[in-house]
Amino acid sequence: MTSGIYLDNNATTMVDAAVVEAMLPYFTEQFGNPSSMHQFGDKVGRALKKARKQVQSLLGAEHDSEIIFTSCGTESDSTAILSALKAQPERREIITTVVEHPAVLTLCEQLEKDGYTVHYLKVDNKGRLDMQAYQRLLSDKVAVVSVMWANNESGTLFPVEEMAEMARSAGVMFHTDAVQAVGKLPINLKDTSIDMLSLSGHKLHAPKGIGVLYLRRGVRFRPLLRGGHQERGRRAGTENAASIVALGKACEMAHEAMDFEKTFVKSMRDRLEQGILERVPHCFVTGDPGNRLPNTCNIAFEYIEGEAILLLLNKMGIAASSGSACTSGSLEPSHVMRAMDIPYTAAHGSVRFSFSRYNTMEEVERVIEAVPPIVEQLRKLSPYWADGGPVEEPEKAFAPTYA
Amino acid sequence: MWDYSEKVKEHFFDPRNAGAVDDANAVGDVGSLSCGDALRLTLKVDPDTETILDAGFQTFGCGSAIASSSALTEIIKGMHIDDALKVSNQDIADYLDGLPPEKMHCSVMGREALQAAVANYRGEEWSDDHEEGALICKCFAIDAVMIEETIRANNLRTVEEVTNYTKAGGGCSSCHEGIEEILTAVLAERGESFDPNAVAAEIKKPTSGLTNLQRMRRIEELLEEIRPNLQRDHGDVELIEVDGKYVYVKMTGACAGCQMAATTLGGIQQHLAEGLGEFIQVLPHEELARRAAGA
Repeated sequence: MTSGIYLDNNATTMVDAAVVEAMLPYFTEQFGNPSSMHQFGDKVGRALKKARKQVQSLLGAEHDSEIIFTSCGTESDSTAILSALKAQPERREIITTVVEHPAVLTLCEQLEKDGYTVHYLKVDNKGRLDMQAYQRLLSDKVAVVSVMWANNESGTLFPVEEMAEMARSAGVMFHTDAVQAVGKLPINLKDTSIDMLSLSGHKLHAPKGIGVLYLRRGVRFRPLLRGGHQERGRRAGTENAASIVALGKACEMAHEAMDFEKTFVKSMRDRLEQGILERVPHCFVTGDPGNRLPNTCNIAFEYIEGEAILLLLNKMGIAASSGSACTSGSLEPSHVMRAMDIPYTAAHGSVRFSFSRYNTMEEVERVIEAVPPIVEQLRKLSPYWADGGPVEEPEKAFAPTYA
Repeated sequence: MWDYSEKVKEHFFDPRNAGAVDDANAVGDVGSLSCGDALRLTLKVDPDTETILDAGFQTFGCGSAIASSSALTEIIKGMHIDDALKVSNQDIADYLDGLPPEKMHCSVMGREALQAAVANYRGEEWSDDHEEGALICKCFAIDAVMIEETIRANNLRTVEEVTNYTKAGGGCSSCHEGIEEILTAVLAERGESFDPNAVAAEIKKPTSGLTNLQRMRRIEELLEEIRPNLQRDHGDVELIEVDGKYVYVKMTGACAGCQMAATTLGGIQQHLAEGLGEFIQVLPHEELARRAAGA
């Protein structure tokens, strides 16, 4: 393992050594095509079956045939939403939220150009939805509701189980992008009304390039990729056998570690948060601290900018991420921070620390030591900061001409 | 992670001239709406010689915003303010061994702060005259506003024409979908629809019948005619090179660094084309270096 402290597990995770070990034979001795009749294919077919069971078990799905392997979370999201539209051509509306991942948002924006109506549920300043506004939008014109289970930036959880119930009562299909939630929260799909769910392997210590679409038995479905009979004709293309085996193993391990996530991972997160808030003035936690993933904390450092913080953290071997405009590649500040109406002098300085079960308390203490001087150093450069504190009425004292 | 040069990293990790200058007599506060970065530049100018004795910056922004602020202060210290105003965005980027295209706005901000500070020193009011749009073409750092205005000003109809006029889409071509969307929107304004099969208007070869020398002199005369208009806005234009139908100019004064110089260039282009009686294209002089490097 490389040295350094990795606190960016919502971006991607390390593939567990046991997962790598499980998948390696499927590149060499078990290279067969699972569709083949001969012994080379047969063993791979059995391995996929086992993996499907392992995923089923983590998700608490009723049947293993409800698990469709895809290439990634984005493919699962696109498959789910486009399937709902194709299967119900008379329904021309979609309900989603303003804080979804681009995998859903960008698709929805494109669908608007294609003539669909998309309702974007707003969030309050803690990132929470207005359930009454949601209820009012549900109608027989809506093809699908797509709402993330946990927000990738703030970790805030949406009440997707309740929302799925409401959708079912209104006769509307419900999809959730759960790539951040699976493996971090106990999930029992058979007891919910969720029709479709997306997960991504690399968020839970499996490799990149493997995902799952959970499709409840009986939900009307139209495949995105048609071709061979793989995945019962619902996702054509030769199976990514080694990665499917890896994902199965990773799901099994995540299942076993679920209590650890809720206790130890959460305690590391809480310690980091408390340590930073104690030592750094003018910073605050974004999102809904009482209702979020156990591994995520997002702190907004006021009057400084996130990319600058990340570069200095990186110099000290600490990896995190930011909602600042300049780290997104698009120059747009984080849509999640903007949706929560975080002042821009704080939104730009928001930093996300996301843990995994491979972090240690010793790392947490090192990060708590590292952060305060970095913030101080950047504030010395900031026009909003003078003499050890924010300038009086910062928005007035420094009111630049904007281009 | 951005692909920052060593020089950018060096100026970020060890910024020069950070903080406000004591007893400054010129202050410029500017920001970029598109990314929320903001910068205050303070200068100490010698009133007798108008030389910049000291410069300091305070920046709320990303790594390259801080690095380009640092670079700007290093470049302009000791300069006469008129010379300092000639420092272009490209000069700042070059000083830092280049910036990623998405980050060029960081150096624009430095330049604008300088203009604002000089205006402040001279007791003038400075206002920014361009807006920045979403970055469309990453190969050549062309934004949506630039493309929209060029389409409007020149009645463009195809992606190829947009590439000919702005360079946008002339590289990897990944942004052609985005350009088509802008064309669709702008054409809709004048009640037309975008036709993907339309053929780009042919660019005619020089047909003025003048000798090269006569033609260049004529171009200079035409620029002289237009110069008073630019000077009225505290700007100016300098002829750098004429290469076939391409006329390279350097915008100076208030025109320099204004990313929407495209509109001004469009006006100059029209004047030259009419005066010469042939199609020509006016390009910023930075293009010359880029084309030389690219070709």
